[in-house]
Amino acid sequence: MMVTTEAAAAVRPPGDEDLSLLLTIRAFEEKLLDLFGRGMLNGTTHTCLGQEYVPVAMEGLLEARDHVFSNHRGHGHYLARHRDPEGLLAEIMGRRGAVCAGVGGSQHIRRERYLSTGVQGESLPVACGVALHLRRTEPGALACVYIGDGTFGEGGVYEALNLAALWRLPLLVVVENNGIAQSTPIARSMAGSIAGRAAAFGVEHRRIESMEVDEIRAQLADAVRAVREGAPLVAEFVTPRLGPHSKGDDTRPAEEIARLRAVDWYARYAEAEPERFQRLDREARAAVDAVAEDVVAREPS
Amino acid sequence: MRVVENLNAALHELMERDPELYLLGEDVVDPYGGAFKVTKGLSTRFPDRVLSTPISENAITGVAAGLALAGNSAIVEIMFGDFVTLAFDQLVNFAAKSVSMYGAPVPMRMVVRCPVGGGRGYGPTHSQSLQKHFIGVPGLALYEVSPFRDNAAVLAEMFARQEPCVLFEDKVLYTRPMNEVAAPFRLDEQSPGVARVSLDERPDCVVIAPGGVAHRAMAAMSSLLLEEEIVCTLLVPSRLYPLGLELPPGTRRVFVVEESTGGGTWGAEVAHQIHRAHWDALDGPVTLVHSADSVIPTAPHLESAVLVDASTIHRVIRETLRG
Repeated sequence: MMVTTEAAAAVRPPGDEDLSLLLTIRAFEEKLLDLFGRGMLNGTTHTCLGQEYVPVAMEGLLEARDHVFSNHRGHGHYLARHRDPEGLLAEIMGRRGAVCAGVGGSQHIRRERYLSTGVQGESLPVACGVALHLRRTEPGALACVYIGDGTFGEGGVYEALNLAALWRLPLLVVVENNGIAQSTPIARSMAGSIAGRAAAFGVEHRRIESMEVDEIRAQLADAVRAVREGAPLVAEFVTPRLGPHSKGDDTRPAEEIARLRAVDWYARYAEAEPERFQRLDREARAAVDAVAEDVVAREPS
Repeated sequence: MRVVENLNAALHELMERDPELYLLGEDVVDPYGGAFKVTKGLSTRFPDRVLSTPISENAITGVAAGLALAGNSAIVEIMFGDFVTLAFDQLVNFAAKSVSMYGAPVPMRMVVRCPVGGGRGYGPTHSQSLQKHFIGVPGLALYEVSPFRDNAAVLAEMFARQEPCVLFEDKVLYTRPMNEVAAPFRLDEQSPGVARVSLDERPDCVVIAPGGVAHRAMAAMSSLLLEEEIVCTLLVPSRLYPLGLELPPGTRRVFVVEESTGGGTWGAEVAHQIHRAHWDALDGPVTLVHSADSVIPTAPHLESAVLVDASTIHRVIRETLRG
């Protein structure tokens, strides 16, 4: 993990809308863990605690006509795209109003141009197909795919990168490199680097160490514009996974978690602008609480 | 017209009629036109929509699924059907599941074409008939090219299902003529998509066989008629799964023939369905005729010992009916 406190200390919290979205995703994920702890969630859950800023930053660069593909850790991606905690929680709990009628659950969600799947690396070739469609029928639109560092173990990633470069597809690969795949640290799963792998295909690679949404957008704006013209991009975010892979399965040492928590945007923003932060945080938590209270009481989907 | 020409003409017709249809595969563009020449001429006429790809079955199939998601139709050619195992995840876990796993039906118009079968000495990894591995996947329909059904109709039916389909094409069948049966047998349609090869008189048994083994079944029917006076009716379903097949009234004996190697076969699934519906009317259980439970060897004497052929079909039917 390369997150540095120097980089983190230099910035201010984002504007109200972005901060509210960050706080909503945080509140939503913590609510899920709470519901899970009380035995009210079926199956499993993968939270994106610590990584919320990635989809929030990306939404500022994406357009409504773009397609977004997500993975197993996709609640933040969905909430950033559709601002729909109600439909998502109903989906996760199998209640009336579920965005996919409760069939897909946390990992298999489709709404308009957003789609997630639960198998690693599977969405990249699919996104290439969508990008091929867009290039011909909606030039300027792109297909954005969220993957993790662990996803680079899958061969489909390389087949897709090769095709995207060969066919000049508007494909944007956002890598949430949290340095750990379930319980396996990246040092034990990846030879070489993500940059090196992108370079092998002649695909542009940007490494983002900032956690500040405005700074991130400024760093990526030109490269995302180029994606729309057919120059695929791998945007690698170095990002902390604060929680376990799913639930109660974190094998990392306590010091490592503490180090990640020290750079978490939540604590830093709370300290930087306590008044605005507390106000927006209260609003976000109240809204998520209300959604949860409503959804929990609903009949099955 | 030969089967390969019928298939090629069907693809030309479909590409022309549907401007949203793509065709993807390895070495499919002209002048090569595909390993078995099924795609000949297509890239010359439709260069933007007929694309040769890297050797990446996973990605090609995923791209087709992405095109289908975005509202296009797509055909994938897997050069040798054996390689479709590399696309298994995209087909089973993504394309087929997408039809229903998002709560509301998602139309997925895509066809994965798989040249299959042995008899050409290509050896263990280029000769298999892998139909059995795709049976029972929700949202995935299986078809097999038949000498008795126009492939334009087959392709149109597959796309109309709005779910991924796999089209198995027996390589040996490509050079056979369409719609040809030996006298005194005659050919008609038993029900939509199911061809019947029969005589006027009441048959001693019904033989169910997909297109790839239809000629072998017909050769056995001719020799059984001449040498044993055993009368068979052959049914050739275009769609293998889900199977929509009715037995002719009065059927007492059924054989299911396929080239698949033994174990977990399509025929076992067909037999199960027939037993459930017709057990009391049958004189005995459905008899399965298939290749040996073995890899498919390369040397001709070894390969022919493994693959199902007309003499095997003849022998099994005679022994079952006559003891």
